[in-house]
Amino acid sequence: MWQEKIETMPRVELEALQSERLKNQVKRMYERVELFRNRMDEIGLKPEDIKGIEDLHKLPFSYKQDLRDYYPYGLFAEPMENIKRVHASSGTTGKKIVVGYTENDITAWADCVARMMSAIGLDESDFVQVSYGYGLFTGGLGAHYGAERLGATVIPTSSGNTANQLQTMVDFGSTCLCCTPSYAMYLGEAAEEAGLTDKLKLKAGIFGAEPWSEDMRKEIEKKLHIKAYDIYGLSEIMGPGVSYECEYQAGMHVCEDMFIPEIIDPDTLEVLPAGAQGELVFTTITKEGFPLIRYRTRDICSLNYEKCKCGRTHVRMNKPQGRTDDMLIIRGVNVFPSQIEEVLLKVSGDITPNYQIIVDRVNNTDTFDINVEMSEELFSDDIKSIEKTEKLIRERLRDVLGISAGVHLVNPKSIARSEGKAKRVIDKRKV
Amino acid sequence: MKQLSVFVENKVGRLSAVLDVLKDNDVDISALSLADTSEYGILRLVVNKPDVALTALKESGVMVKCTQVIAAAMDDAPGGLAKLLSVLSEANVAIEYMYAFIGKEEGKAWTVLRVDDIEGATEVLKAHNVSLHDDYENYRK
Repeated sequence: MWQEKIETMPRVELEALQSERLKNQVKRMYERVELFRNRMDEIGLKPEDIKGIEDLHKLPFSYKQDLRDYYPYGLFAEPMENIKRVHASSGTTGKKIVVGYTENDITAWADCVARMMSAIGLDESDFVQVSYGYGLFTGGLGAHYGAERLGATVIPTSSGNTANQLQTMVDFGSTCLCCTPSYAMYLGEAAEEAGLTDKLKLKAGIFGAEPWSEDMRKEIEKKLHIKAYDIYGLSEIMGPGVSYECEYQAGMHVCEDMFIPEIIDPDTLEVLPAGAQGELVFTTITKEGFPLIRYRTRDICSLNYEKCKCGRTHVRMNKPQGRTDDMLIIRGVNVFPSQIEEVLLKVSGDITPNYQIIVDRVNNTDTFDINVEMSEELFSDDIKSIEKTEKLIRERLRDVLGISAGVHLVNPKSIARSEGKAKRVIDKRKV
Repeated sequence: MKQLSVFVENKVGRLSAVLDVLKDNDVDISALSLADTSEYGILRLVVNKPDVALTALKESGVMVKCTQVIAAAMDDAPGGLAKLLSVLSEANVAIEYMYAFIGKEEGKAWTVLRVDDIEGATEVLKAHNVSLHDDYENYRK
């Protein structure tokens, strides 16, 4: 075990540690983060009112919108000279959300990932191929630093170029693969086709950043002859490693010494009892650079506090079962219909044309198509100018979303409406 | 002359739905062309009652626009179209698209032209004594 004492800490002790850390974090943030202080003041709550985790529910929530409103550095709790790295993800109108890490944060994050790698049986003798994208996205560097911290040999291939990925895997003797589950499926198939499956030395895969099913897990395990493990995370809280599966693949252990999870009813905002399904909320109690109190993830899941067979006491969350907002995860990228709406509005002029997003999974890769109803603003007698409009929509979407979508112009009123409103999203993926 | 340009998605029945609207409104088509791409086409129509057709199509939810085009007469004989086009190219008029049909008048055929400069083209053609028709009724005679 990577940090046995912490990972197997009896719950009473763990909760005492959480309480202590929570108190400090609240006090620190009250002094340093204006938005948090204002929200506390609004409800007349003082840092000293928080005596432990039993008072957590009194604290105000925080939201993704906060990150946009205080873009880029307005919510950081450390001066920029202590911020050693930033990560970001795309947001509406091209405005990204930005998160920052101190040196301690980067180490803590690496520990989260190292805990997982150790839990699934990896050590210094392993070769970890990181095929997540490197960059502002947390996937690549998150897995990279975790594997490095564990002492394994990191093979930082980043994403793309499948033939090269496979060759690297064979030549360098990769024993663990980190990427999105759909890409793992794709690699598995490509390996079969190239007749390379038997030459692979892979034993484990760490897959996350997009929803996947148990069926898909079995499929990947069969194709690549590995055990496939789920990892969960979000850049607002840390990145991949906020929670992870151990060798028993029975729910994802939340690194509870760093993140306190709660499940709330998204409508009443009440905290739900252990085991109930609801919206997952996180409080970061050790984060220095960019801490968040009661951050609403919008992911729907439940928590299991039973002790795991692996000996870890940290609570396990199940795979998110959906979202409380309309966010889609397509090829590992977060997409909001509102982003698409804004692009269409800008291209079209004054009125947003009716549109429908169609997501499917074909050959294990997400397909992403947008049907746009032809409108006065978009129509022209000239095919060249319609094609130019289509191209403009495609390019703007790629700029804003970071992934490309197929754009199809369809007849006016051909998108089905219910109660006058068009159904915006058709997600045909069975995950 | 007025031409109707109609957006038609490449799906079974889309074109026929447009034609049904014209039929129901007693609109007679004298010429048409269909420009197509892999996903949609633009149906261009010259009809006897463009204003009636425009309103009826709009009301039925079809995306349609009225476009100004030139209808020019030519001899229905070898070289007829070539002659017409050489007049335009000499005057440096660019043609966006065109289509032709045979009229009722013996020995005459018609070309529907969409050009970058309608006024310029009209002038040039008139100067070369090409008969042009402003509306449907004229060339029906």
